[in-house]
Amino acid sequence: MEKRATFSNLWLAAALIAPQMLLIFVFFYWPSGEALYWALTLEPPFGGDNEWVGMLNFQTVFEDPKYWNSVRISITFALFATSLSLGVAAILALFVDRRLLGHQVYKFTYFLPYALAAPAVGLAFRFIFSPDAGFVSAINRVYPDLWNPALDGYDAFALVVMAQAWTMVGYNFIFFLAALQSIPRTVNEASAMDGAGVLRRMWDIQLPLIAPTLFFLIVINITDSFVNSFGIIDIISAGGPARATDLMVYKIYTDGFQGKDYSLAAAQSIVLMVLIVVLTFVQFRYVERRVHYS
Amino acid sequence: MKRVILLAAATALATGAHAADRTKFEFWYGLTGDLGEVMAKHCQLFNESQDKFEALCVGQGGYDKAEQNTIAAYRAKQHPTVVQIYDAGTVNFMLSGAIYPANKFAVDNGVEVDWKGYFPSIANYYATSTGDMWSFPYNSSSAVFYWNKDAWAKIGKTAAPKSWAEFAEDLKAMKAAGVECGFAFDFDTWMNLEQFSATNNLPIASLDNGYGGLGAELIFNKTAFVDHMKDYKSWLDAGYAKIQTTQVGKNLVQSFADGSCASTITSIANHGTVKNTQVESLKWDVAMLPVIDPAKRTNSLVGGASLWVMAGKSKEEYEAAAAFLKYVTAPDTGEKYIAENTGYIPVTAKGYELLKAEGFYADPKRANRDIAIASLTASEVTPVSRGIRLGNFTSIRSEVRSELEAAFTGQKDMQAAIDAAVERGNQILRRYEQTFKGAALP
Repeated sequence: MEKRATFSNLWLAAALIAPQMLLIFVFFYWPSGEALYWALTLEPPFGGDNEWVGMLNFQTVFEDPKYWNSVRISITFALFATSLSLGVAAILALFVDRRLLGHQVYKFTYFLPYALAAPAVGLAFRFIFSPDAGFVSAINRVYPDLWNPALDGYDAFALVVMAQAWTMVGYNFIFFLAALQSIPRTVNEASAMDGAGVLRRMWDIQLPLIAPTLFFLIVINITDSFVNSFGIIDIISAGGPARATDLMVYKIYTDGFQGKDYSLAAAQSIVLMVLIVVLTFVQFRYVERRVHYS
Repeated sequence: MKRVILLAAATALATGAHAADRTKFEFWYGLTGDLGEVMAKHCQLFNESQDKFEALCVGQGGYDKAEQNTIAAYRAKQHPTVVQIYDAGTVNFMLSGAIYPANKFAVDNGVEVDWKGYFPSIANYYATSTGDMWSFPYNSSSAVFYWNKDAWAKIGKTAAPKSWAEFAEDLKAMKAAGVECGFAFDFDTWMNLEQFSATNNLPIASLDNGYGGLGAELIFNKTAFVDHMKDYKSWLDAGYAKIQTTQVGKNLVQSFADGSCASTITSIANHGTVKNTQVESLKWDVAMLPVIDPAKRTNSLVGGASLWVMAGKSKEEYEAAAAFLKYVTAPDTGEKYIAENTGYIPVTAKGYELLKAEGFYADPKRANRDIAIASLTASEVTPVSRGIRLGNFTSIRSEVRSELEAAFTGQKDMQAAIDAAVERGNQILRRYEQTFKGAALP
């Protein structure tokens, strides 16, 4: 029979978890409940009489082709930004792990981008990549109009993906590096003695062994690109040009806070929340199976 | 921002001595940067001008933020007594039930306002359907045409174009004369749609642009606005004009002030900015917007913001707010102060006369700045040139902007893009109407 440690004093247990439960209630269940209520009514900006409209707001959201456009963009954005930043971070970590000259400096500098606020990153990227005045404008002098994120949707999209990936690289890097350093050196050395080269060892030994970290980072990165990209979008592109970078979270902001249509924004937040829950669930249910923790 | 905080702190210190026995009230403003400092200074001057009241002035970091924060604060019963709200927020505040209408406030609190003294286009823009003013016009502007005299000299002209057709010819001639960028524009609807429609007496929406009720529908896809945008597109394609936005690297004002584009259309409030940031050799002037038929020009629209008094405050706070409003809207301590420190224009004929009498516009630094007043008063106010009163107009503006972006980048035909903007704008209007079901537009 399985042994279980039980706790007989239920009141004490309740008291101990109460602060946490209170926090979760105040910062999650309460706002979510309020959002749900708004999503089912029409809420005037200044409050007052709101009318019960059932599913009307959700219907409006789902019937809007622009909304589906923004869902599509958000998912593409999440995939691109996540793979780019994970890929770059993994490469950096693998090489720092090899203790190349100056690896201590790299460790420190690679983490720095994560410490920057998203709007600051956005501002920096906007200046660097501005088609008229930025560093990259040199390209336009050679090939006129090759790069113009202000007018070309694909350029703008690439730019926000790069900015998002850049902010996350440092964070991913630290986790990868920690994972790599926890791999017993004996494993690596044994395969080296068997004649495996550097790249072979990375591919066959190190990457499989950091799979749990990789999985964790995928979940974090995808969630982050859905909910934390707001600052970058707001500064770099404001959702434009022609909605090419109108991510779901940005659309919620424009509809709710600029347009003062709180009900429509609330309905979209509920959809976004459900989407993230589903995505996370799918990752744990199907992707995690392929991960070996020990 | 830091300087604003310092100024506010200085205000607090300077007035600290009597702070205890003064009646305090809060004033929130939306202007930022240099203009935000002008607001903070205006408060400081008021606080120094008397010792009974104290205005606590808080910048909100933008017009839209000022509106958002006021709404949030009102819902939490923490709202200010007086707030500066931009033109596009007018309808939300009229329907909010959260305000103390200016005309009633003035009577109750003994603020003497000559409601007939405002320039008609300003009074009409902010007034209710019965002609009552529910807010106090404050910093006001209008759109004007900024043009580079040297560029026009290259084609042998010394005056700004009066009609769009003439402007098109000038652009072509300037291109031939070697001007790289004749005209800078962006996707802001305030100049391109709203001012264009007003100055040519074209409707934007039915029911007199929405003044007649919340049931209005957008109709600008059937007016000359479409052809106007097609002209812009052809100028862009021919290399006469350029799109200048912050994302491109330089906005309209920057690209005009550094001489790279020969003309642009923007607010008169930028007059001072151009003067302060221009390259030294730039010779420029402002003129009224070109129109389709100069003989039939109608007035342009007022932009900027007005001051609203919020409901639910104490009698003492209203008394203090009344003194403040009296101070900041008076011709000498209000209008003159604003006009001297910003590019905004006086809002009453009296204020304008005062400035003229003092030789304000004779100063070469401010040469021709009163062209905005000429533009605002170019005609009797018509039902269509009066203004725009549409629910959730900020969202409609952003729909139009997105569709124009699509059209100007060649993803869509211009007519199709504007039709789409109108269709989506009408959906926004219907939602707004439903949200305020049973409420009548005052």
